[in-house]
Amino acid sequence: MKTINVIVAIVVAALFIGCGGGEQREAPPGVKPKSMVKKEEPAGPDKGVGPIKSIDIPATIDDALAATGKEVFEAKCTACHKIGKRFVGPDLTGVVDRREPEWIMNMILDPELMVKENETAKALLAEYMSPMANQSLTEEEARSILEYFRTL
Amino acid sequence: MKKTVFSITAFAISAAMLVGCGGAKKEGGKKGALSGSNAEKVYVAPGEHDEFYAFISGGFSGQLAVYGLPSGRLFKVIPIFSQDAEKAYGYNEETKPMLETSYGFVPWDDAHHPDLSQTKGEIDGRWCFINGNNTPRIARVDLKTFETAEILEIPNSAGNHSSSFVTENTEYVVAGTRFSVPVPQRDMPISEYKGNFKGALSFISVGNEGEMDLSFQILMPGFDYDLAHPGRGASHGWFFFTTYNSEEANSLLEVNASQNDKDFIAAINWKKAEEYIAAGKFTTVPAEYAHNVYSDRTHSATSTMKKEVRVLNPADCPGLVYFLPTPKSPHGCDVDPSGEYIVGNGKLSANLTVHSFTKMLDAIKNEKFDGEAYGIPILKFEDVLAGTVVQPGLGPLHTEFDDKGNAYTTFFISSEVVKWKLGTWEVLDRKPTYYSVGHLMIPGGNSQKPWGKYLVAMNKITKDRYLPTGPELCQSAQLYDISGDKMELLSDFPTIGEPHYAAACPADLIAPNQTKIYKLEDNQHPYVAKSEKETKVVREGNVVHVYMTMIRSHFAPDNIEGIKVGDKVYFHVTNLEQDYDVPHGFAMIGANNSELLIMPGQTETLFWEPKQVGVWPMYCTDFCSALHQEMQGYVRVSPAGSSTALSWSLDGE
Repeated sequence: MKTINVIVAIVVAALFIGCGGGEQREAPPGVKPKSMVKKEEPAGPDKGVGPIKSIDIPATIDDALAATGKEVFEAKCTACHKIGKRFVGPDLTGVVDRREPEWIMNMILDPELMVKENETAKALLAEYMSPMANQSLTEEEARSILEYFRTL
Repeated sequence: MKKTVFSITAFAISAAMLVGCGGAKKEGGKKGALSGSNAEKVYVAPGEHDEFYAFISGGFSGQLAVYGLPSGRLFKVIPIFSQDAEKAYGYNEETKPMLETSYGFVPWDDAHHPDLSQTKGEIDGRWCFINGNNTPRIARVDLKTFETAEILEIPNSAGNHSSSFVTENTEYVVAGTRFSVPVPQRDMPISEYKGNFKGALSFISVGNEGEMDLSFQILMPGFDYDLAHPGRGASHGWFFFTTYNSEEANSLLEVNASQNDKDFIAAINWKKAEEYIAAGKFTTVPAEYAHNVYSDRTHSATSTMKKEVRVLNPADCPGLVYFLPTPKSPHGCDVDPSGEYIVGNGKLSANLTVHSFTKMLDAIKNEKFDGEAYGIPILKFEDVLAGTVVQPGLGPLHTEFDDKGNAYTTFFISSEVVKWKLGTWEVLDRKPTYYSVGHLMIPGGNSQKPWGKYLVAMNKITKDRYLPTGPELCQSAQLYDISGDKMELLSDFPTIGEPHYAAACPADLIAPNQTKIYKLEDNQHPYVAKSEKETKVVREGNVVHVYMTMIRSHFAPDNIEGIKVGDKVYFHVTNLEQDYDVPHGFAMIGANNSELLIMPGQTETLFWEPKQVGVWPMYCTDFCSALHQEMQGYVRVSPAGSSTALSWSLDGE
């Protein structure tokens, strides 16, 4: 019986290919689909991938913004991040010295994309195994957390 | 040997097809289910979405199943009237009130007829209503969350069958009784049924947020009220109910309720009813019925017992109800998209009867009456008849409509779907069903705007259609392509329970409105912990409340000590995730109820009574991350009267 199915499938497939018209189904040999092309690592600072392309950080810390950021961090992030201690996720003390501000905000706002496409984020997932949760924060909230991180 | 034959045949076919490329396409369609084009019509490629949502009743399972069309893939079984241990529905503390009734906690029902909310006669994708037949109830499912949002019990009713159909702006959802009963209930001889039992038709108003309120009941003669459909367009403001047992028999109905040549379709002028209500022509009678409402803010349900209902008596309200004689024990009562034709599917009749709304109004105006029953005028059959479909099949049950002026009727006894033309009443096509079809459904078929692309037939018997599973076999749905002149059977798929009736609409009316997460900041559950900081364990006598959180992949706290045998422990567990499709589960060893399955931002409560001294584990049941197997914890249970102090921790803190 299985043989029949296979044969019918082949017939059907033959039909589609034969009668399909001009639509392209496969890339020509030698050309890899986009997803398989290894991206060139950007030269210069690693800003990650996601909604934040570039951000200006004033020299002085905005205390009110940092206080808001601390509040948001405690409500949404402390289940996995402790300050001064590795927990489910990394210790975030000094994170602003290790990473670009854009990278930090992109990791907060779109962790799925980051661990798929950013080499640093990929390495972190491999190390910590528990995926960074997307807590559906707004850009403003992520920015305030970044300001809080500057105080650590 | 066989293989060789097939291979040769297949080769010949493929050769023929390649040669005949282009012109031979139509031929392929006629080969039935084996042909490539039929497979292609129901094939939804991995990652692609179906065109329609179909809501198919679960019958005696008490639930509502959600399928995609044309694929027939099952997406979700929404618990409505039956407890569901998978989702903790009716088991956790939050949803137990949903199943409260005037009879107490009733954890099962017989779910029959889903109907989708409408605006201006078209399906609007907001809610799905469905009736519980056994302990009369109407449920409303919120199609933003696909959860049961509300259940209203129906008093003075028994066998809530001619339900839960909506008017064209969802002004009302109706609930009609199948069994007539003494109203109010009282101790009396069954043999005194005739003239004493009553059938209540209930009109439940639906508010802007979907909230249901039993507005009024019409107390009808002691017939059985079988099915119903709303008027639409010109007939908006009317509702039509089929009746059988107009003989008012109380025993051996299969013989005694099949005596009369004709039963009735009851035409209810509900706009008139509203006038009578406004004019105070109702009586308020004592009644007891539960109204259960679930809130997405508190993630909890409340149950309130209502105490009275307004009742209209047709004999006191001229113009409220008319009877349209209809042969013979009609089941489905179906109104075409224009609102002009009312089809009575007389299940013991050789012919299918179609009434005309225009002629009905004319007959009423000119008082062309043929007597009355309990003060309700009976219109003359000939004066309301639009036409008859002559001998279309055996045992007609239900008719739906496409958008091209065609009607489709199921025939239970002859196991077929018959397509016929509105207006000319000629039969255009017939196709077998496998087997014993009950209801059928066309997306939007009960509205002014059907999408006449597919038809789903729901079969009671499947016998040899699938791999056998012991004495109990699945029932099935069969999908037909009705876009052409002739119907074509595309596929069949098994259904849960017994599929009595279904409703469907294009996916884009529902899919874009989905709730993806519940916002933590909006969570008003009385026992929520919105962060790990807020977690705690509180003892009140022998009642212990555990305020717990969960996130990939741990509980906080995950070590609890100081619980004692005999305690009543409530685990209030909040899922701190704020991302789409990251539920967590919670299971406690020896719990006498179920697991919890908690959506992001939601709080649910599991009740647990520790019975034995020891250290007992809990864990997450829903594979949530690579470290899901690490998502576990312990509760230490000490003897009753022990002095172990109450303490809780995560990672020693």
